[in-house]
Parts: sequence; structure tokens; C-alpha cells
Amino acid sequence: MVTLNINGTSHQADVPPDMPVLWVLRDVVGLTGTKFGCGIAQCGACTVHLDGQPIRSCVTPVAAVIGKKITTIEAIGETPSGKAVQKAWLDLEVIQCGYCQSGQIMTAVALLDEIPDPSDPDIDAAMAGNICRCGTYPRIRAAIKQAGKSRSTSGKGA
Amino acid sequence: MDFERSLNPTEARAECAADGGMSRRTFLKASVAAGGGLLLSFSLPALRRHAEAAGPSTANTFAPNGFIRIGRDGRVTLLMHKAEMGQGVYTSMPMLIAEELEVELGQVHLEAAPPDDTLYADPLIGLQVTGNSTSVRGAWEPLRRAGATGRAMLVSAAAQTWQVDATSCRAERGTVIHVPTGRRLTYGALADTAATLPVPDKVALKDPKDFKLIGTPAKRLDTPDKVNGKAQFGIDVKVRGMKIATVAACPVFGGKLAGVDDRKAKAVKGVRQVVRLDNAVAVVGDHMWAAQQGLGALDIRWDEGPNARLTTADIVRQLEAASQKPGVVVRKEGDLARAMAGAARKVEAVYQTPFLAQAPMEPMNCTVHVRQDGCDVWVGTQVQTAAQAAAAKVTGLPLEKVRVHNYLLGGGFGRRLEVDFIAQAVRIARQVEGPVKVVWTREEDTQHSVYKPYFYDRLAAGLDEQGLPIAWSHRLTGSSVMARMLPSAFKNGIDPDAVEGAAEPPYAFPNMLVDYVRQEPPGIPTGWWRGVGPTHNVFVVESFIDELAAAAKMDPVTYRRALLGKSPRARAVLDLAAVKAGWGQPLPPGSGRGISLLHAFGETYIAQVAEVSVSKGGDVRVHRVVVAVDCGMIVNPDTVTAQMEGGVIFGLSAALFSEITLKDGRVEQSNFHNYRVLRINEAPVIEVHLVKSAEAPGGIGEPGTSALAPAVTNAIFAATGKRVRKLPINTAELHSI
Repeated sequence: MVTLNINGTSHQADVPPDMPVLWVLRDVVGLTGTKFGCGIAQCGACTVHLDGQPIRSCVTPVAAVIGKKITTIEAIGETPSGKAVQKAWLDLEVIQCGYCQSGQIMTAVALLDEIPDPSDPDIDAAMAGNICRCGTYPRIRAAIKQAGKSRSTSGKGA
Repeated sequence: MDFERSLNPTEARAECAADGGMSRRTFLKASVAAGGGLLLSFSLPALRRHAEAAGPSTANTFAPNGFIRIGRDGRVTLLMHKAEMGQGVYTSMPMLIAEELEVELGQVHLEAAPPDDTLYADPLIGLQVTGNSTSVRGAWEPLRRAGATGRAMLVSAAAQTWQVDATSCRAERGTVIHVPTGRRLTYGALADTAATLPVPDKVALKDPKDFKLIGTPAKRLDTPDKVNGKAQFGIDVKVRGMKIATVAACPVFGGKLAGVDDRKAKAVKGVRQVVRLDNAVAVVGDHMWAAQQGLGALDIRWDEGPNARLTTADIVRQLEAASQKPGVVVRKEGDLARAMAGAARKVEAVYQTPFLAQAPMEPMNCTVHVRQDGCDVWVGTQVQTAAQAAAAKVTGLPLEKVRVHNYLLGGGFGRRLEVDFIAQAVRIARQVEGPVKVVWTREEDTQHSVYKPYFYDRLAAGLDEQGLPIAWSHRLTGSSVMARMLPSAFKNGIDPDAVEGAAEPPYAFPNMLVDYVRQEPPGIPTGWWRGVGPTHNVFVVESFIDELAAAAKMDPVTYRRALLGKSPRARAVLDLAAVKAGWGQPLPPGSGRGISLLHAFGETYIAQVAEVSVSKGGDVRVHRVVVAVDCGMIVNPDTVTAQMEGGVIFGLSAALFSEITLKDGRVEQSNFHNYRVLRINEAPVIEVHLVKSAEAPGGIGEPGTSALAPAVTNAIFAATGKRVRKLPINTAELHSI
């Protein structure tokens, strides 16, 4: 039995220690916003935050996250960056099928938390691990910049 | 609305979906043009005459047809007969209905429609299918009529209530207003009365100049739940008591399961059951991890069958040999042999395009509960009725005992037009007590796809003294997906999809022969992939036209313009793309621009200009793609732009990287590390320019992909003088050091 802190709530799960966090979230806890895409950390669809850092949950064993804070797409809107990214994603109509977008948003939020006003190379470096088959990359780029601007504007106002 | 106007059909009328002894029948005019093209006429609406025929109508609901339900509480539910896979139909279909029904998009709720070909067949395909970029083309008129019918009945109900003339009433934002007195009744208040009225035979549709919604950039209705994890894709289905399974099919197509030792698998914690099928093994567990661990612990023996030694090279040799002999004539103009003999110059080339997997981000999955008296299927599918039929066939249950619940699709691109994974899940579920969700790994998805066929194309042209083509021949050799998927449309040996874009290129050639050799590859299933026929043919035709321009020592845009005298819409997009891209302006050494032109998917015209640089080592970088689009009247402009952007990226993945190959009968690629797709750092700047048009809508989901490869390879030619005749682009052949 392991105890996990997911989105600020404590969850107990009877799972083997080598079980990837992805499957604990989806099949045991029932949070399906985090997606399975490749299973080998190639596509980024499964990205969640571990103490604020983006990780690929498909290759992260549950034993490695005990005692740490897991944040998933279901709760990312509660953070200022998460809210700004979600809004920019909708304002610019980034999304097509949407399957990869949980991972895209989680990676983008972590980027903005580290670099509030990222350049194109910053965006490329942070986002190159997240595949989108619908090809929303140009809009992801624009939405990250818009979210960054809105964060810095609201930050100044506060 | 006459969808046939652009074609020259030899008509074949196919009766589509008997609808239970009703006074009229729905006919699909499956017409095959002399020049190919999937055809395009719907003579009667797919709407039932009686409100009660629309299915889940209740005493509290007004349901004038299969698309609209209005409750007494005023709730307006629109039933989505199409699959939302990112292309925006969950917004464009509601826009068509809401425009005429006079409700705001913010007022409507969406629900996936059940499988029903009599209610929901695509007029252009004849079945309930989302594919071939037909949704807006096909629904353009019927869905507006569905909305207008509902509005007319609600207005009549109000007029009856007030004892006034219906012409003195108008509808607005879910309310009927009696104009002279200002009295109002909401649609909810009118639902009961409206439900008792006869469905009118004829309703007037708005003049396009009066559109309030259509043509405006509406916010998408499906996306708010896609930023917070709430959206439910097929893979997210939760059913009480559900187990999770994953599966391994024989790695060689056509092979069988010979035996399996499952002792170790059964010892894995969480593994519940091992299910044997004739060509696959599945492990059922409490969660995906247990199922995966269990699958990995199996000792499986396969009977690999006749394809055990097959390689891609074997298949290409067969295609090459088949392409030596004439095929079925698809189009013939003038006297080709005579024109070739008299030509000042002859140009010949062979083009090849590879097998491709669709690789949608959501791997194949399907949740099934088989019971004695029925079966439930939860899945994201492009073919609801085919999914239902597949489950009925496996279980032996009558169709009406199989319920299909459609979900959002994490990408389709043609893969979810297939029901192989659904039938397999039902076979597994038959052996499992309670519901089971079958999820394929990415490896299984890549190695058991239904692949875009390999095509082998021979082209020849005869040029006159000025270098313009007086003779054009194009022989296509490859698999027919249509013959398997929609046999009624495969007529006289011609696959109208396989030849789309080749049979009727936008250019005028006085002497022309296009023929098709159907050659089915052994050991690999073939299916539809985004852009279908045109993705292959536009690459070939636009590359070869570029070769002819080069042979004539003429500018590629000028050369194309000279052949487009009879196609002003094609010429307009060509000119627009060229102007916006700065065609002719200088570029640094090692860089070039290439152009491509497409006329397909009904009446859609697009031109693309790619700006490319090629390093001395041969690496190709696409910096910018400019797209000019004339797709007729536009429903949601931002969606057209988004589909062009996404189409370009999808096409670029294929042009630069994607290829499925076979060795020892097995697909060699397995996951995104060796079936590469484009990443954000490789994505070009994309500019999309929409042409305003009053013509009927054309398709937009696929053409952006279909036109991309030749724009890039023509740009490579401009940059390096090297002609790419085989995809994906082989950078090893482009180095200059």
C-alpha cells in the first residue's frame, strides 16, 4: 500500500512499487486527464508535475513519488500559470483532437514557471518532448507567449 | 444544391439503407465520374418524416428529426452524427443547425448520436462515416434543413397558441416572437405543442447574406473540457467492474497463434485472465500495468504463415512488375500515342510513396461488455454503424442489441475508419465476465495498423516546341482501399479514391491517358490515411509538372498558370500563394521555394508555397509554408485555418520522416523513436490565406496534408537541383559535400 499526494489530496493505493504513476492515476485513482501515448517517454502525453517539475508519468515508478506532490491536468487550473495557459489555449483555439493537450499544457506551465517570458528557443527546448499529431505547434508557440505576457501583466498589476 | 455539377458521372444508383417500409427511401447516387472522384449526390434528405421516428423522443421532448431534441425545460440538445477527432465538427455541425433553428451556440448541448445509417448516413458516402473531408460538404444542406424544419414547427406552434398567422411571428435566440404584439414564448414552452405538429415537407433556407453564425469565427464547443482533463476520449471510459486488457497479435500479418505458456503471466499480481484468440493473445488485469506485465511474461509461439519472410522490397518488386502492363483506363483524352510521337521532347519519371501508419496520439482501444442478451461498446470511432455491425457479427446478436457509445477521438486520420480493433475487443470480451477495456500499446498500434498503401507511379509527358505539355500519361499501381471498404463505389476496376487528383488534375492536357493497375500487396493490410488518394497523387502530379517546367526552363508558377486557362479558381489560389510568399524574391544560397496546387475533396482549391533550406550535409529545414485556400463557402473560418496548419504539419512529418517497412513479415517500426513525427522545434511558420467565395463548401480536413510534400520537394529542387521522386525524403541523397 502506498500513500500518494495527488492534487493536494492523499490517496492510498495497493499497487506494486514499479507501477508507473500514469497507470496509478488512470486505472487506480481514476484521474483520466493524464494520457497514455507511447509508454516510453517519447511523446509527453502523460506529463504531470512532481513538486512543480514536469515528469513523464509513463516511465516514473510510483515508488519514486512517495512523499512528493503530484499535480495533474485536473488541478493545474488552480495555479496562476495553469490558469493563464488554459485561457491562452482557449483564446487562440490551440486545440484540435485534444488528446496530447493535457501534456502540452503541463509542460507549458512548468516552462512559464521557470521562464516567465520564454523565447522561441526556450519554447523549442521545453516543448520538443511533447508530440502533437494534429499539428497544433504554431498555436502552442503563440499561446505560451500570450500566457507569459498575461502573467507578467497581471503580476505587475498585483 | 447540386453536388454533381463539377463531375461528369456515369451514374449508378445504389439503394442505401432501407428504412423500414416508409413512403420514401434514401438513395445514394453513387456515381463514378469518368475521371474518378468519390461521388457526390444526395437526392433525398436523411431526415425522417415523423417526429417520433427520431429515437429517444419522449413526451417531454420535441424531436423534429434525428439531430434536434428540445425539452420542455428549454434544453436544446443537438445530436452529433459525426465523430469529433479534432477537425471541429462538434462546432461546425451545430453552427449549421443553430443558424436555421435560431438558437445561440451557447444554448446548445451536444450528444453523440447512436449508430443509424437511415438517420445519419453521410450523403456523399452512403453510411454513417466521418472521413474523406465530407462532413461540411455533405451536411451543408441537410443540417440547415434540419434546423429550419425545427424552427418552422416551433413558429407554427407559437402561431397556433396565439391564434395568429405564422408569418407574423419570427424566431430568435430560442424564442418565438409575435412581432405585432411583442409576445414571446420560449422553445421549451412550445416543445409540447410543436411535437404534435406534422413535419413540413418543405422549408425555406436562409439566403447566405442573412447568415448570422455561418462564416463567423465561432469558438469551439468541444475545447473547454480539453484544457482541464474533463474531456472523455474512448480510452477514458469507466464502467463499473471494468477490467483492463492489453493484447499481442501475431507480428506477421496472416499468422496464427500456435500456443502459449501463461504460467508466469498468471503469477503476476493483478493479472486475472489470459484470453486466446486465433491470431492474438490478450491479458486481462486489474489495471494496464498488470496486463502489460502479464503480456510480457507470456511465452507465445506463433504460426507465422506464408508471409514470414516478406520484405518491403518484395512488395515493391511486385508493384514495379505490375506497373509494366496497362491498367484500367481511368481517363482518356485525345490521341496520346500520336501526340507523344509528335512531341518535340519527352520526359519520363517514376514516383514512389511508402506505406504509412496513421499513429493517432490515442492508441487503439475499445471497451466492451458482452452479455447473453446484449452488448455495449464504448469507443471512439469514425464509423458508428460499422462498429455496431462488427460487434453484432462477433457476438451473433441482432444489431439492435448492440449499443455503441461514441466518444471523442484522440485523432483519427483514417485509422478509426477501421473496425479491426473493435471486433478484436469484442472477441476478447466474449471470454471475459463483465466489461473489459482493451488498450493497445503504442507498439501494437504501430505494428498492427491498417497502412496507407505503397504506390508506384509511372509518368510520361510530351512537350511542344515551347515546352508546354501536349501529351500526359500517368499509370498508378497500388492497392485499392475502396474495393475492400466500400465495394459499391469500386466500379469497372476503378478505385475513385485511389485516382483522385490524378484523373482530374487542375491542368488542361489535350492528349491524356490515366490508367490504374490494382495490385494488392501480400502480408500487409491497407487503408485510408489523411488525404487518401490526393495525398499520393498530388505529390506525383505536382512534382512531375515541376519537372516539366524545369525541362522547359520556365518558372514553375508561370508554367502552371499557362495550363490553368479553364480553371480560374485554381489560378487564383496559385497567384495568391505566390504573391503572399514573395515568389521570385531572392533567397540565400542553399534555399529555395516550391509550389504545389490541389483541386480535390469536392471543390476545394489550395496552393502552398514552401520555403526550404538544405544544408551541405543534406539536412532539410522547412522554414515557412504559405497556404492559399478556396474551399467555397466557409462555416467556421478559424477551423479552416487550423486544419490547414495541422494538415501542413501532418504532411511534413510524412514527407520528412515517416515510412513503414517490413522485414521477416514484421513491421520494423514500433514507437515514436523509430516512426518519427514532427516536433515543435521542427515546425515551420505557417501562413494561411482564405479566399472569400460563394460556391458550395469543399472539404478542408485533408487537403492541407495532400498538397504539402510536393511544395517541399519542389523547393528542394529549387535549392539543390535534385529531384525527390520517392518519399520520405532521403537526406543522404541531398548532401553537397
